[in-house]
Amino acid sequence: MPGIDLVPVFLSGGHDLLQRLGDELERSLGVGVRVRVPWFDPEVAYDSSRGQYNSTVILKHLLRDPDGTAPRILGVAGVDLFIPVLTYVFGEAQLDGRAAVVSIHRLRPEAYGLEPDEALLAERLLKEAAHELGHTFGLRHCADPACVMRASTYVEEIDLKEADFCGACLGAVRQATRRAGLVAEG
Amino acid sequence: MASREGAVSVSGGDVGILIVDDEFSVRDSLEQWFKKDGYRTASAPDAREALRLLPEGPWDVVLLDIKMPGMDGIELQRRIHEADPEIHVIMITAYASVETAVRALKAGAFDYITKPIDPDELSHLVKRAVEQRRLRTENLRLREKVESLMVPGRIVGNSGPMQAVMQMVQSVAATDATVMIRGESGTGKELIAQTIHANSARRYFPIIPVNCGALPESLLESELFGHEKGAFTGAQYRRKGKLEMADGGTLFLDEVGTISPKTQVDLLRVIETKEFTRLGGATPVRVDFRVIGATNQNLEQLVSEGKFREDLYFRINVVTIPLPPLRERPEDIPVLAQHFLEKYSLQMNRPYRDFDPGAMDVLVRYPWPGNVRELANAIERALVVGKPPVVRAEDLPLRMVEGAVGPTGDSLAEVERAQITEILERVGWNITRAAEILKIDRVTLYNKIKKYQLRR
Repeated sequence: MPGIDLVPVFLSGGHDLLQRLGDELERSLGVGVRVRVPWFDPEVAYDSSRGQYNSTVILKHLLRDPDGTAPRILGVAGVDLFIPVLTYVFGEAQLDGRAAVVSIHRLRPEAYGLEPDEALLAERLLKEAAHELGHTFGLRHCADPACVMRASTYVEEIDLKEADFCGACLGAVRQATRRAGLVAEG
Repeated sequence: MASREGAVSVSGGDVGILIVDDEFSVRDSLEQWFKKDGYRTASAPDAREALRLLPEGPWDVVLLDIKMPGMDGIELQRRIHEADPEIHVIMITAYASVETAVRALKAGAFDYITKPIDPDELSHLVKRAVEQRRLRTENLRLREKVESLMVPGRIVGNSGPMQAVMQMVQSVAATDATVMIRGESGTGKELIAQTIHANSARRYFPIIPVNCGALPESLLESELFGHEKGAFTGAQYRRKGKLEMADGGTLFLDEVGTISPKTQVDLLRVIETKEFTRLGGATPVRVDFRVIGATNQNLEQLVSEGKFREDLYFRINVVTIPLPPLRERPEDIPVLAQHFLEKYSLQMNRPYRDFDPGAMDVLVRYPWPGNVRELANAIERALVVGKPPVVRAEDLPLRMVEGAVGPTGDSLAEVERAQITEILERVGWNITRAAEILKIDRVTLYNKIKKYQLRR
């Protein structure tokens, strides 16, 4: 049963990363994850004045999914994302909706002048993916400093929190995944 | 992905954020951003819509674009603060300039931020604004609670003279001026002093009463100035005096006319220099208090007799509030009586409701030489000896029933003549006051004086 579709967005050389993310999400959420080929050219989201990609435009195009069977779609971008008015975002999601997108651009240690670290990148991606998917399940930011739903505006804050939902948030996620048909009732 | 136990609370609480920007993408993205934090949001494309949404809040923070078609952000901010001065306005602009920032902040903005906004900066700015508003609201709530605990007893009375007293109290409370309350014993001088203090800027500091008439000179000195350890036999410890305890607040000197000449000199020095030394001490102590004095004596006569210092008289007699004796405001007697009935009825847990007409008649006619204090005592006694729910004339002290001035004769004219005579004598033939008490106009009163050939 399809659960979450992962869609690469300008993610060159990121196949292993995507596969690893899919495996982790399957294990943690108990839902089926599949990797798909993108159906749109991400250049439509490019803003030349900023040199960044508009995440809201990417969400719009993700929602035009020709397949339409998976209850949730997560775009994974290798480029820097923004929403108008903010300098950047790590990701964006529809609150209680179907689509979300995350970017690995600012999750890479290299972006901060540090040595590449694939394991750290994978961990950060898992946290941000879980966070944005949490929003699609209706969750808002959590005040628990270790919960994955805690808001993070700097990458250091992502490293401080854990990849898990706190008790209350997990309960809400489980309810939502059952309602969305990602898992069987009972 | 294991679950974690831990506290969960959405950071927003019931915090309202209103976003005002002419660009849809800005409004939409900010609304979505803040919704994820659990804030209640709304947005408006222009000032008109923003002002329409304002009453639909409450709003804690308004994010406002400086440049908009029509009314700009600076003007809109001014209008928002007119409607609700507590809202925090954060100005957003695409063009950073010192001039614009200064304009915005001078106009009362909480802060100023330029597009595109750093998400961390936005997050902290909004949290700071929300926290400050929460602290301010809590501060106001706690102040109100403290003030409600500090409220002195009610001053009861709707008569002309008492309304004049209350107006003076309101005016003088707002200042730091020295006040002299004049009135017979039992008229409520201490209550007036407490009310002035409770409505003044010094209300969060104490009001310290000193009954100057109750203490001999030596004790009054120690009471006022305090003493150092060993200042006299028996002075085992340093003791703070009332002057020091009143620092920041109000010193209430009751029966000022009884202060001895020596203490008058010392008191004058303290009031003028704001400094004194404790008995037996050498180190000066600095104090700042407001002085409210009270007396039932004729201070001017005491000054002319050399019993009260003229310089101290002028120092503490800046504003005078004369409290009328109860016999000069008989229209206040029913409402005062009812006030004390309710107060003592509650205290004694005896369900009294009212006075019978006979009892109220006695109360109104009695001249009350002991004023409000005597009235309070009489009501309290009546509630003890009587039977609820109504106070009867026989529950009141005998001296009152006998002392109440009643009308003579049976005809209406005789009753009217007696009533007018009594009131005129009570107010010293002050026609205006008598007309007020009798609830007739002055012309009618003059006609009746002529009709009954009344003479002073």
